[in-house]
Parts: sequence; structure tokens; C-alpha cells
Amino acid sequence: MNTAMLVPLATGNRALTISLFLAVVAVTLYITFWASRHSKTAADYYAGGRSFSGFQNGLAVSGDYMSAASFLGISGAIALYGYDGFLYSIGFLVAWLVALLLIAELLRNSGRYTMADQLAYRMRQIPVRSAAAISTIVVSIFYLLAQMVGAGALVGLLLGVTSPALKNFVIVLVGVLMIIYVTFGGMKGTTWVQIVKAVLLMLGTVLITFLVLVQFGFNLSELLGVAAEKSGKGEAFLQPGLLYGKDLAGKFDFLSLSLALVLGTAGLPHILIRFYTTPTAVAARKSVLWAIGLIGSFYLMTLVLGFGAAALVPTGQGSQIQTSAGNAASPLLAEAVGGGEGTIGGSILLALISAVAFATILAVVAGLTLTSASSVAHDLYANVFKKGQASERSELIVVRIAAFGIGAISILLAIPAQRLNIAFLVALAFAVAASANLPALLYNLFWKRFNTMGAIFSIYGGLIMAVLLVTFSPVVSGTPTSLFPNADFDWFPLRNPGLISIPFGFLCGIVGTLISKETHPAERHDELAVRALTGAGAEKAVAH
Amino acid sequence: MADRSSPVYESGEADRLPAHDHEVYNAIAQESDFRELRRRYGSFAFPATIAFMTWYLLYVICNNWARGFMNIEVLPNINVALVWGLLQFVSTFAIAYFYARHARKSLDPLATKLRDEFDRETGR
Repeated sequence: MNTAMLVPLATGNRALTISLFLAVVAVTLYITFWASRHSKTAADYYAGGRSFSGFQNGLAVSGDYMSAASFLGISGAIALYGYDGFLYSIGFLVAWLVALLLIAELLRNSGRYTMADQLAYRMRQIPVRSAAAISTIVVSIFYLLAQMVGAGALVGLLLGVTSPALKNFVIVLVGVLMIIYVTFGGMKGTTWVQIVKAVLLMLGTVLITFLVLVQFGFNLSELLGVAAEKSGKGEAFLQPGLLYGKDLAGKFDFLSLSLALVLGTAGLPHILIRFYTTPTAVAARKSVLWAIGLIGSFYLMTLVLGFGAAALVPTGQGSQIQTSAGNAASPLLAEAVGGGEGTIGGSILLALISAVAFATILAVVAGLTLTSASSVAHDLYANVFKKGQASERSELIVVRIAAFGIGAISILLAIPAQRLNIAFLVALAFAVAASANLPALLYNLFWKRFNTMGAIFSIYGGLIMAVLLVTFSPVVSGTPTSLFPNADFDWFPLRNPGLISIPFGFLCGIVGTLISKETHPAERHDELAVRALTGAGAEKAVAH
Repeated sequence: MADRSSPVYESGEADRLPAHDHEVYNAIAQESDFRELRRRYGSFAFPATIAFMTWYLLYVICNNWARGFMNIEVLPNINVALVWGLLQFVSTFAIAYFYARHARKSLDPLATKLRDEFDRETGR
């Protein structure tokens, strides 16, 4: 997204929008301070006391997962590219079946606070934890940077601010807020922030979807017809091909992206640690079921929002939707269905949707900061550096220092990164999660022979391959939209590395396992299997 | 608290458990109830995973290489591509529903029984 080209939305309602933003900030800060008074132990801090119900955690998972990129980005992509914009959301949804069938319950039963806990159960702790922690932190920071740079641009767009100084201020503000949520509120505070965000997002989306459908008499065919006509692209707007797969490399690129989306979700550390917040594996399962229902209905509604924006708001050359790369589609649509520019209804709806987008950003960045801080404190400090001898008190101090440090670093990185095109980092985070984390998790659960060397090989192999391929892809150099448009070292033709790096990560796991001389007791795998499938000896909820 | 003194720290988290826990885990692993639980879990989870991955990848591939087919209109303005995309939602909801039912009926009772046995044997 080229942030310099953003044209601000209507400014008449800026006061209203700012008041709603402040209301979001006030509510989330209140939640944080409430949560900090109710968090005492490590299980409270890392896992919210494991006391969230399936429904609550389902909302929080949805709140953690549906970023501003999916709220504003997907509806915007549909508004600009029609049918092809819808394809991202399908991969995002189908991916939850991997989490439901293979990961959520088993992880809840066999881990404690972090993704590494599960891998370290039957492996040599130090190398495996270090690898899993590095992968956790890399994935979370990639994702976090993309969100924070996006936040600067989006809030600038929503508030009608174009000055770079104010965008920097927004990034610092978002960074400071997420540091406060995570340092004081821990998992409990973060979870409630995500629950509030999910409720706001669903309500806002239902409202706008309803108002769009009313205009078309609840006739999807008519909506699509008008959208196709107004888009100026006619029938092609409803067919595959406007965004993906224009040439052979593009077709393989789309396949590569789809693989990473569908396999990445169940390897995203900030999603994985959400399963630890429920008291039982059954509740973890219910939270995924709720998440599938919520996320699925949300993406079905973004289909209406996207085509609605194409039908009701100008999307041609020079329009605000074009110049914002689609991000303005949902807010402008809200204004249009509320009565149009300058009307009271339009202003209120525009401000409401902007506040929802702001809450969305805050909830996602909080989840990511918590995930990486937890991994620094629990994996690197307590288990690698202190070899498991750290006191709970010192661990809880370190996790807060880590949250502060990660927040500060991401603010410092996000401000200069605004000038760069880093939207690719989200897709890269999914690719790394699918190439490095998922193979290790699945082998650990289902392959008796899998061992320390296998885990290390699959994590580092998948991680390094994904990052290397992207480095030498058109994303980083060789085209005008690249990170470094003037350099030219793009010998790998695909923008998404998954097609190569995912099989490579799985293969590395096999090779590492087979070349290792480690004598590995089969009983430990049996133990893990019993624990994962039955919940025998699993961590219990904190009694209050 | 688990016994942390005996094995070297470099070994896995599991090695910090008291020796008796290992015996109970391994005894349960040999039980026919556990083998049945494992079989029932795998008999749903693995075929379902292969099924939805194939169904999804086929859809992705047709978006790339079968556009003539995808562009066929089944209703005014509604083509095969959109219907198939919406069917991905339907199939996701359906698999989630059937897995939940399978887990509730066939997995949870066995898991609870074995977990209770573990708690009894280890005095938790």
C-alpha cells in the first residue's frame, strides 16, 4: 500500500470519529486495569487463568485473527477486483479445519503457555525451545510490523490526516497502547480486548451488510449485476483472473499463496496460544467451532460489503477506493448506505466503522505483542537461559520487560518502514508458520520416531527457506512496487514462497529425524499421545 | 511439583514428571480403550483433512486452469466460480459440525474415562 497517495476521507465528522476512537481507548484501558487486578500467577498472565469459556475464547480467537487487513483489505480487494478479492477469505476460513481437526485440542492438552512447550515435551529442551521461540518471534514481529504500518496509514485515512508527523504519532500511540494492554493486562486483558473488538466488528459488519442488502431487495444476483456494471469491467468482474493468475508465474503464485493461507493459520503462534486459555480440550474445540462460525459469517458479509462498495461507491481511476488500495471501501460504503456524504446518518456510520477498524488494529497488535513477549520470557529466559530454574516472579518481570522492549522496537521499526511497501509481511508470516511451525507440530503429535534434530531441521529449514525465497523474489527487488525498486536480484519468480518452502519444511523434518543418532524412547511419544488425546495430566484451570 | 532433580535438564519437559506418572501414561497407552480412542480420532481427522485439502486445492487449481468452466453462469450473474467458493464455506461448516458430533459421541466418553483413570492412579 502506497501510504503517500492516500486521500483522506471526509473531514466534517472528524470530531465524532475522534470521540469514538477515544471511547475505544477508554474501554480497553478500563478492561486492562480490571484484568491487572485479577492476574496474579503465571497461568493468569500467560493463559488468562485458563478460565475462558468456549464461546468467549471463540470470540477472542476471531478478534485475534480478523485483522484490519481482512476487515478493510478483503472488502477493498473485492470492490476493486471483484471475485478474485473473495479468494483470500476462502483460504483464511478453510484453514480453520486444520486447527480444528489436528491441532487445537491436542495442543491444549499437551502444552502450557507457548508453542514451544508442546514441542519441548519429548525433545531436548534447549535446542528445540530456542528454535520454536525464534520462529514464534519472527512470525509475530513480521505480522506486527505489517499491522503497525497499516495502522498509521488507516488511522490517517479514517481521521483525514495526511501529515507524516501525525501518522508517526498514531504509530507511537498504537504502540504505547499495546504495551500497556500487554504489560498490565496480560492474557486476561488482551483476551477481553479481543472479545470487545470481535463483538464490535460483527455488529458493525452485520449493520452495513443489512443496509446494503436492503438497497438491493436482498437479491444477490442484482447486487452482483450492478457491481459488475459500475466497475466498468463487466462480466470479467465476477470471474477469476482480475487479480491472480494473469500469467503462468501468477498462477503458480496464487497456488503458493493459497497453500500458505490454508496451512499457515494452524501454525500462527498468536492463534495457538489462545487454545491454552480454556479450561479443557472440549472448550478449546468449542472455541474453534465458534471461531469458524464467526469468521465464516464475517467473510460472507465482506462479500456483500465488497460488491456493495463496487455498486454504490465510485471505484474508478482516481477514486478514493483506488488511491487507498481498497482500504477506504468499507468506510465509504458505510457512509453511502447511511445516507451519503454530509448527511447525519452517513457521518455516524462512517465514524462507527472507523472506530471498529481502530479497535480491530488494537486487538490484533496486543495479541501479537503478548505472544512474542511470552516466548521471550517463558522459552528463552526461563527455560533456555535459566534452564528451568527461574522463579515465577522473575519470569513475570521478564515478560513485562520483553513486552515493553518488543513494543518499543516495533515502534522504532514501523516509523521508517512506512515509506516501504511491506504489505507482503502478512503473507510471509503465514508462509513461515506453514513451513516451519506446522511440520514440527504435526510430526511431534503423530510421528513416533520424530526427534530433536527433526524438530530443529523442520523449524529452521522452513523458516530460512521461506525468508530466503522472498528475499530473492519480486517482492523485494526488481519491480516498481518492490521493497527496493532500484535493486535487481529477483531470480525467484513467485511472490509467495509456500509452494517450495512448505514441502521443504516437511522434508527437512524427515531428513533431520533420520540422520540423528539420538536414541529416543518410544514411550515418550506414547505418553504425549495419551496426554494429547485424553487430557490426562493436562494443565488445569486456575481456581479463583 | 514435579521432580526436577534427577534427569539432566537437556532432556524433554516430560522427563521432569515423577517416575510413577510415566508408568501410568505407558500403561494407558497399552490399553484397548486408548487404542480404540486413537483409532476413532484418526479415522475421522485424517480422511477429513485429505478430503477438504483436495476439495480446496481443486477449487484453487480450477481458478487458475479451468476458467471456461468457472465462468459458466448457473443463475443470472452467479457463475460456477462463485457457487464453488460459497460451497467451500458450506463444506467447512459441515466438516466442523460432523467433527464436533463425532468427538462428542465417540471420543469424549473414552477420553474422560481414561483421564479419570489417570487421575485415580496418580492421585490428582
